[in-house]
Amino acid sequence: MRRRPLRHLTFALGAAITTLLVVTAALSLVYTPSDPLAMAIAWRFQGPSAAHPFGTDQYGRDVLSRIMRGAVTSIAVGVIAVGLGAAAGIFIGVLSGYTGGWLDEALMRLIDAVQGFPAILSALLFSAVFAPGVAVSMVAIGIAFAPAFARLTRASFLELREREFVVAARALGAGDRRLIARHILPNTLPPLVIQATTSFPVAILAEAALAYLGLGTQPPNPSWGLMLKEAQNFLSLHPLFAVFPGGAIALTVLGLNLLGDGLRDLLDPKTA
Amino acid sequence: MRRYLVRRLAAFVATLFFVSVLVFVVVRVLPGDPALLIMGTEGSPEAAARLREAMGLNRAIPVQYADWLWRALRGDLGVSIQYDVPVARLIVSRLPVTLPLTLLAACLMSVTALPLGLYAATRHRRAGDYVAMVFSQIGIAIPSFWAGLLLILLFSVRLGWVQSGGFEGWSGGLWPGIRSLLLPAIALGLFQAAVLVRATRSAVLDVLREEYVRTARAKGVSEALVLGKHTLRNALVPIVTVAGIQLGQLMAGSIILESVFALPGLGRLALGAITARDLPVVQGVTLFVAACIVLINFAVDIAYVILDPRIRYD
Repeated sequence: MRRRPLRHLTFALGAAITTLLVVTAALSLVYTPSDPLAMAIAWRFQGPSAAHPFGTDQYGRDVLSRIMRGAVTSIAVGVIAVGLGAAAGIFIGVLSGYTGGWLDEALMRLIDAVQGFPAILSALLFSAVFAPGVAVSMVAIGIAFAPAFARLTRASFLELREREFVVAARALGAGDRRLIARHILPNTLPPLVIQATTSFPVAILAEAALAYLGLGTQPPNPSWGLMLKEAQNFLSLHPLFAVFPGGAIALTVLGLNLLGDGLRDLLDPKTA
Repeated sequence: MRRYLVRRLAAFVATLFFVSVLVFVVVRVLPGDPALLIMGTEGSPEAAARLREAMGLNRAIPVQYADWLWRALRGDLGVSIQYDVPVARLIVSRLPVTLPLTLLAACLMSVTALPLGLYAATRHRRAGDYVAMVFSQIGIAIPSFWAGLLLILLFSVRLGWVQSGGFEGWSGGLWPGIRSLLLPAIALGLFQAAVLVRATRSAVLDVLREEYVRTARAKGVSEALVLGKHTLRNALVPIVTVAGIQLGQLMAGSIILESVFALPGLGRLALGAITARDLPVVQGVTLFVAACIVLINFAVDIAYVILDPRIRYD
């Protein structure tokens, strides 16, 4: 079979961009060129220079520093949102796939209903009831991911619970909890890991969108979406201000998607 | 087939029931006291008690839910606190922006994604395929609202061809309306198209590996007919699944794009209601959009049966 010339390129490029993202985020916690929150009104809207490679914003804050610290926000929201979605989804999927019957049917309709709430919709509702903020965006994005995890877990459980090794373990006297935790759940992990990997860049896009709408990360905290919202007010005078944060989002998501595709190709050559 | 349809319909109704429960729980149960929520810190205890009485918050939660659901089913979504008009009327007044925007974006998405995906599949692992996939990767990575900002930057700020936002309405004919929705629809549709390109490509690739495609080619059927008749028709089921999910995403995405382009649609209605603490409006819009997305998913389920008679449902 002919080898795909781009297979390793995809993976390498994705890994390189992702490493850049993680290193930037880690570095920003100990060092940024300037304080990302320090305002200096006299220096507002400076173009790119040696002191401020990406220029300064409407309060004179260093855009590069804010983009670096924004990477932390993106990663934190992404990890927590995917974690919440996976936890909720796997819990529902286990309950549904293991017990079956009317509970399964009801939980699946609940999952169908949850699918009617994309992150933006839940975020609107939560923001109205509580207050907009980074917690709202984490929960809202997490909820949007839960159905996919629930379906994958349920499907694996339906298939695995009738398999010989599970039946044998049950015959040997293993209880429900032991059967689920020791025998079935470990075997459902590979698709769930792939799902988590592909969800991560989606979460980063959603975080940016929610922050842009004012439903997520609140000022003065740096978030790429929030920076774009601020940039929109000065679009005609300072267009560069809108280019850097958007570029950071696009590069990050591109890198993570490439990494995900590359990993899947390497781990599972059948589907490549 | 009829049994399948009846079961899907029952599942659809059950799903809508859960949608309403979810919205009700978040708005009326989680916060504890919606009356205080609406009044904020200004209200006196007496005023809060009056509002609770008026909203029926003194009754048992299931009774409140049943009452709320019964009203919602008859189109009564409550009254907006901010505008003092029925929420349902507000929603209907914003639909002429959100629906055409969603549909226009969906058209742009399909018109771009289907041919490009089909082309990429026929050029599998050759230059054309790689170029299409690179474009698709870039498209997926660019957030639609940033694409919107860049389009404004190019077409309004630099070239001055179109206004940077606002909606001209449908009263002046079709074109002024479409013109004000065109840039947001491009930002929304072209970038969702990137996802559909990949789905179309892999669905077509799967079918091209089938025996009957080889048979068709072996007996000398022209390539155009192989692709158009044998392949595309059979690849439609997975494509329609993804396109259905995308349509829901587009409806949610239009909420963001309305903000970028200052369009008076459902999204801006809900966002404005958050600042004004207008809970009934947010509740109504959320319920409406979620119900629409569930309806789209139901339509996709039904479309399977029509598209692929080979699938047996019992």
